[in-house]
Amino acid sequence: MSNPSNKIQSVFNEPGCNRNHGKAEKERKKGCTKQLQPGAAAGGCAFDGAKIALQPITDVAHLVHGPIACEGNSWDGRGSKSSGPLLYRTGFTTDIDERDIVFGGEKHLYQAIKEIVEKYNPPAVFVYQTCVPAMIGDDIEVVCRAAARKFGKPVIPVNSPGFVGSKNLGNKLAGEALLDHVIGTEEPEYTTPYDINIIGEYNLSGELWQVKPLLDALGIRILACLSGDARYHEVARSHRARAAMMVCSKAMINIARKMEERYAIPFFEGSFYGVSDMSESLRGIAKLLVMRGAPEELAGRTEALIAREEARAWERLEPYKPRLRGKRVLLYTGGVKSWSVVSALQEVGLEISGTSVKKSTQEDKQRIKEIMGDDAHMFDDLPPREMYKLLKEARADIMLSGGRTQFVALKAKMPWLDINQERHHAYAGYEGMVDLVHEIDQSLHNPIWEQVRRPAPWEAGAEDTARMTQAA
Amino acid sequence: MAKVLTAKKACTVNPLKMSQPIGGALAFLGIQGSMPLLHGSQGCTSFGLVLFVRHFREAIPMQTTAMSEVATVLGGMENVEKAVVNIANRARPEIIGICSTGVTETKGDDVEGFLKLIRARHPELNHIALVYVSTPDFQGAFQDGWAKAVDRMVEALVEPPSVGAQRTRRINVLPGCHLTPGDLEELRDIMENFGLEPLFLPDLSGSLDGHIPEEFTPTTLGGTSLAGIRGMGSALGTIAIGEQMRGAAISLENRTGVPYALFDRLTGLAPNDELMAHLSRVSGMPVPSKYRRQRSQLVDAMLDGHFYFGGKKIAIGAEPDLLWSVASCLTEMGSHVTAAVTTTASPVLERVPAAEVLIGDLEDLESRAADADLLVTNSHGRQAAERLDIPFYRLGLPTFDRLGAAHLVTVGYRGTRNLIFDIGNLFLGDTHEPSPDTWRHVEPAPDQLVQLSGGV
Repeated sequence: MSNPSNKIQSVFNEPGCNRNHGKAEKERKKGCTKQLQPGAAAGGCAFDGAKIALQPITDVAHLVHGPIACEGNSWDGRGSKSSGPLLYRTGFTTDIDERDIVFGGEKHLYQAIKEIVEKYNPPAVFVYQTCVPAMIGDDIEVVCRAAARKFGKPVIPVNSPGFVGSKNLGNKLAGEALLDHVIGTEEPEYTTPYDINIIGEYNLSGELWQVKPLLDALGIRILACLSGDARYHEVARSHRARAAMMVCSKAMINIARKMEERYAIPFFEGSFYGVSDMSESLRGIAKLLVMRGAPEELAGRTEALIAREEARAWERLEPYKPRLRGKRVLLYTGGVKSWSVVSALQEVGLEISGTSVKKSTQEDKQRIKEIMGDDAHMFDDLPPREMYKLLKEARADIMLSGGRTQFVALKAKMPWLDINQERHHAYAGYEGMVDLVHEIDQSLHNPIWEQVRRPAPWEAGAEDTARMTQAA
Repeated sequence: MAKVLTAKKACTVNPLKMSQPIGGALAFLGIQGSMPLLHGSQGCTSFGLVLFVRHFREAIPMQTTAMSEVATVLGGMENVEKAVVNIANRARPEIIGICSTGVTETKGDDVEGFLKLIRARHPELNHIALVYVSTPDFQGAFQDGWAKAVDRMVEALVEPPSVGAQRTRRINVLPGCHLTPGDLEELRDIMENFGLEPLFLPDLSGSLDGHIPEEFTPTTLGGTSLAGIRGMGSALGTIAIGEQMRGAAISLENRTGVPYALFDRLTGLAPNDELMAHLSRVSGMPVPSKYRRQRSQLVDAMLDGHFYFGGKKIAIGAEPDLLWSVASCLTEMGSHVTAAVTTTASPVLERVPAAEVLIGDLEDLESRAADADLLVTNSHGRQAAERLDIPFYRLGLPTFDRLGAAHLVTVGYRGTRNLIFDIGNLFLGDTHEPSPDTWRHVEPAPDQLVQLSGGV
């Protein structure tokens, strides 16, 4: 039976990760995720992370091998968009029961793959391992191999049961599955000197489409996006790209680095959030492509596009400046989003009253310091009670965070904006930055705040309010 | 009436079912000062938490024993202990409700035994109630987890009544998980109007009704108080709502001698007549004029609405008690339930007014709903409704793409009236305009054909 723990060790030992370099051998072995505290943990499991990373591949069937909890409690919850196939939004699970636990679930899994192939005929089936079948020893790799042979199509094992670790580890294990079983298994019909991969972009709320038109305008082709709005065959052919951009911090650094090793595809780390970050990313892509043999003139065209787009963005942001100047933002989010959004928001005159660095690397923290100055208020963990107090005392005007902390802000009657994966707005590129600022403005200046903070008629201080309203 | 079948597929497609542990956790969320704790991998909690946040649009207290692979193999005693101690220190709850999961049940953790050890080692935690319920993911469904958790709370917390302690107006209410906070509020109002003092176990209308607290609390705020639960034995009666609550009602009666009455549904005219008669009998009060009026309004709504319900084919996907409730009401309005899919076994299923009830998934519902006029299920039905291109009424948990899921009321005369209006309006909005060819069933003469086709 395959052993995922070797894989996990190798993922933890990531040479491409700067943070990892600074660690002693022993510490490195412990891995990059903190030990989870029973009774004080938050966040998803490794299975969750693997699913988040791969589900954006739109035309394959994503089959979860496990009891109903893993898929039944979670499906159709992510905002990754597709320009075509919708199969990725269909929930597939073996929904195993006691019989499977006693007799083993491998036959059940095989049968489930068969049904999917017969009914939906997708280009590939991705099979996700979960805790219970991992415990009873179901070998999904063997089942996938047998099914692939029998049905004549790729059946990809994703060996990332929840209890091996955090969501972030699951992202990386998902990357390993692509590296082991998908990438490089097919050849593209043709290649161009302008072919790139985008790694770690999930097209949430359609964010990839805020960037793609710019690449289209430059004649740059996204050979594969890993994994937003991707098709199976694109991922399989992605090893022929000339260059790659890695988005979203270290979530999929293993893919970027190993593709560089195996296929000599150079990559850089960039962000699509914020005007200047977007421009830097376009420059980075152009630079790498030219380095790999694309005509020099690409750089010039890129600069021209950047100049046009930046001017347009600033012109559109201008009206917001007087409305937002001096307003204080509390950022509570993980990883790369903290520094790239920080610089973006400062560009329009917002002040950052604090930012979380829980999931940020040392490098991230350094960048935050560079951007925000030494008095930057960084915190590792902000317990909800503290957060509530901070907001209630109006030490910030708005909080930007994920859904988990949404109600801490709203119950404190403070404006809040969703910038995590469940969000409904797209904030990437020049377009997205304008939208983000627009949303912040909408939220800050919504007339409800004044109303909801008014005391009820039976509360102290209510009389004054009532009289004032009458006078007005 | 109905033939109950179980889907014979290896692959569940578009699940309707959710797992037992989070059903149990939701029951604990209806208790004041509570922290539900799932004994499993952190994902087990995370998925349930996100699901409830999306449905209720509220902060959800829920914790995990964060079992790693190694801890799972070695047994979870240490994790359960650490979790209980950490929660006690950080959240200061009055009760921790512990639900097992698939992982820890497969390993076979003896959590009852763990708790005895923890009690012995940590006398400083004596003031915190610890209630454990076994809810493996690979058995049953959400509704079963809820029912088991309530049953366990009755067994673990309700004290035998002391002599002469009977409270003459107190009535216990054991609501199924298919009732919303809004439903509970409506029922409380009704019972109070009979001069009764209802005590709900659990009481989501106290904790998840969307109120604004004065202070932040890491546990539930509102819900059934522990003191209230302990004193349930002094009530003059118990009303259980939904077949799923029969077990808890019997446990309560066995422990305390408080007699129960079970209402398998409270949507529709007849069941609410029964409820009114029962409350009148228990309280010794005549039915208040308010409800005489509301009954009359419901009858009027049935008269106004029946034109649009008559003969309609309806496909429903819901847990057993919700399915029974809504299928019965719609059938009583003249519609036909042509497809019924549910999640788990229940004695009510064979009484559902449909030819068949299938324990299956939303793929099964979709394939059986091809000629339906209306789809009724939770928000997960949205893709199917779009493909079927028929009106869609969202009912049940999770409802994540509409506001106000917690306040949807379908019980009582008034709730039934609203349901008839809401669904009737969907039918009204889906009327198809007739055309000159709507009723044509014979070919026109050849020269007419030229005229009809535009006279080329």
